[in-house]
Parts: sequence; C-alpha cells; structure tokens
Amino acid sequence: MTNPSMLPDQEGRWSFLYLAWLVALVASLSALFIGEVMGQAPCSLCWQQRAFMFPLAILLAIASFRADTTVWRYALPLAALGAAIALFHSLLYAGLIPEGIQPCSQGPSCASAEMTVLGVLPLPYLSLAAFLAIVLALLASKSKAHS
Amino acid sequence: MNRRGLVIATGALALSFFVGGSVAYNAQQARRAREIAAARAEALVRSHSPVLGPPNAPVTIVEFFDPSCEACRAFYPPLKQIMGLFPNDVRLVMRYAAFHDGSDAAVKILEAARLQDKFVPVLEALLEFQPEWADHTGPVLEKAWARAKDAGLDIEQAKRDWTRAEIQAALDSDTRDSKSLEVTRTPTFFVNGQPLTDFGPQQLYDMVRREVQKTK
Repeated sequence: MTNPSMLPDQEGRWSFLYLAWLVALVASLSALFIGEVMGQAPCSLCWQQRAFMFPLAILLAIASFRADTTVWRYALPLAALGAAIALFHSLLYAGLIPEGIQPCSQGPSCASAEMTVLGVLPLPYLSLAAFLAIVLALLASKSKAHS
Repeated sequence: MNRRGLVIATGALALSFFVGGSVAYNAQQARRAREIAAARAEALVRSHSPVLGPPNAPVTIVEFFDPSCEACRAFYPPLKQIMGLFPNDVRLVMRYAAFHDGSDAAVKILEAARLQDKFVPVLEALLEFQPEWADHTGPVLEKAWARAKDAGLDIEQAKRDWTRAEIQAALDSDTRDSKSLEVTRTPTFFVNGQPLTDFGPQQLYDMVRREVQKTK
C-alpha cells in the first residue's frame, strides 16, 4: 500500500493531527453553544474567527479519519489566519489597541465585558489559545512524506 | 480501537455532549424563567395596560411586545386566532418592551390612539405596515403617523396627547417591569403568570388551552 499511514513514525504524527482536530471540534461546538443555545450574539470579529475555525473542524476530521498528515498544508494557513484575528481581538479586548466607535445597530461590541463565558473567561483569549494550539499541533503533525 | 473508530467515536461523543448540554441548558433557563415570573408576579399586569378581550376573563395572556419588532408582527395573526378560539375565556394584556431604536415613539402613537379608543385599529395598521415605517436604519415616524391616520386616528389630537406625562409614565413602568422580569426578547408571553418557555404559536395555543380547561 502507498498509504502514508503505514510508515513507522506515522503514529506520533497522527496523534498530533487528532489533537488538532479535537481542539477545533471543541472550539467550534463551544462557539455554537454560546451563540445558538445561550443566545450570546457573536460580534463581527467573532464571526471572522468562526469562519476560520469551523472549516478546521471539518477538514481535520476528514484528515484524521484518512490519516492524511499532509493536511497541514491546507489547515495551517487557516489556523494561522484565525490566530492572527484572535490576537487582534485579544489586544482589542485587553484595551491595548483602541476600538473605533461603532454605531449601535452593528451588533455587540468586540471589546465589551460580554465577550466572556461564565462571566469570567474572556472569549478572545480562549479563541487565541485554541488557534495557537492547532498551529502547534499541525506543525508537529507535519509529514515530510511524499506526493 | 483503530484510528477510524476513534475519530467516529470522538465526533459522536462531541455531538452528544452538545445536544445533551443544550437540553440541560434550556431546561435550566426555563426553570429560572418560571421562578422569576413566580417571584415577581405583581410586575406582570399593571392597571394602566391595554387589555384586549373580556376584562374579567379567567385566562390572562401577557405579551411584552415592541411595535417595530418583526416577530411581534408575525405573531399577531396567530395570537388573534387564539383569542378568537376562546372569545369568553381569554384576555390579552399588552405590555411595551420598546427595545428597538425609536420604538418608544411608536408606543406613544399607540397610547395616544388608546385615548381615542382606536388602539386596535392603529395597532393593526402599525403592524401591517411595519416594513415601511420601521426601517432598520431607524423608524420613519411620518409614515407611521400617516398609517395611523388612515386607521382613523385624529392626528391633531393625538399629537397633543403625545406629550402627556401619563403616557411616558406607562412606558417607563413597562420598561421597569420588563427589566425586573428579565424580558430580553420580544414577543415574550406569560399565560396566567407562567412564562411561555418553548416559543411558538402552537406552544402558546397549547398553554392557553390547558389553562382554559382548568377553569371549566
């Protein structure tokens, strides 16, 4: 078989791939839970992070299933861009960069205290942590193998 | 377990956590809503509020509504239908929850219409033509006034009444009560003091029917 999963050091790489998927899965379902079940409307930056996190949950699920450790080529750009938006959002939330005044009809503010879950955990930081964990796990899953 | 089995099991487990969590969360929210409604029952019905249907009906529907809210508009026909099915047993107490920008002005038109005994026709006109005056960029009050006039409102009189202190007081009282009852969405319904926790016209009908049957 030419399946890369048969290579001896593939097991460790697959574990990192699986880990990356787990993080994306938990992050995606948590975002859906907070938004759809708890009814906390996502701000515009949250939407942009969702746009990068949701595809990762699907992409990495298929890659884990097929033991395709070459998926980092597709997934890493998504995770890195998501991390960049989450970093921007975190800085905004921390007050290190100012938020421009938004008209009221534009949905919740990205820097308000409502950007927390259970009243304590700030969502932008959780998002940044999730994207960074995915980036690291994907780097560890990098397969040098073959085309 | 092989990898594929592990991937499938992980996905299934995550989904069942999500579904189970949603069910538990909704049940907990419903319990909380019932507790709040029971603890602050006096905030549900105030004497200043407009009442549709027989004033001494045994079953009371309380609706917190906003004249510029699309869901309130969509809910009005089924609500009327429910009232029509129990013409002697159900009354509707309307409370204002003017959440949208500029809704308080529309509420005042309704209150002015009430002074002329034109509440229902003006309410129905405002709801029917809501898309033309309750624009998302902000309400176009001239259009609301024009539709109220077509519905039979004496505009000159209504504009004089508009500034009356008791109208503002009624609106303020409803706003206070919607805060204390933690009404955050419109429409929010209560039937004989219990919140409608599972939102929808059929669910409201079922709840009303149960309450009516209890009185028989």
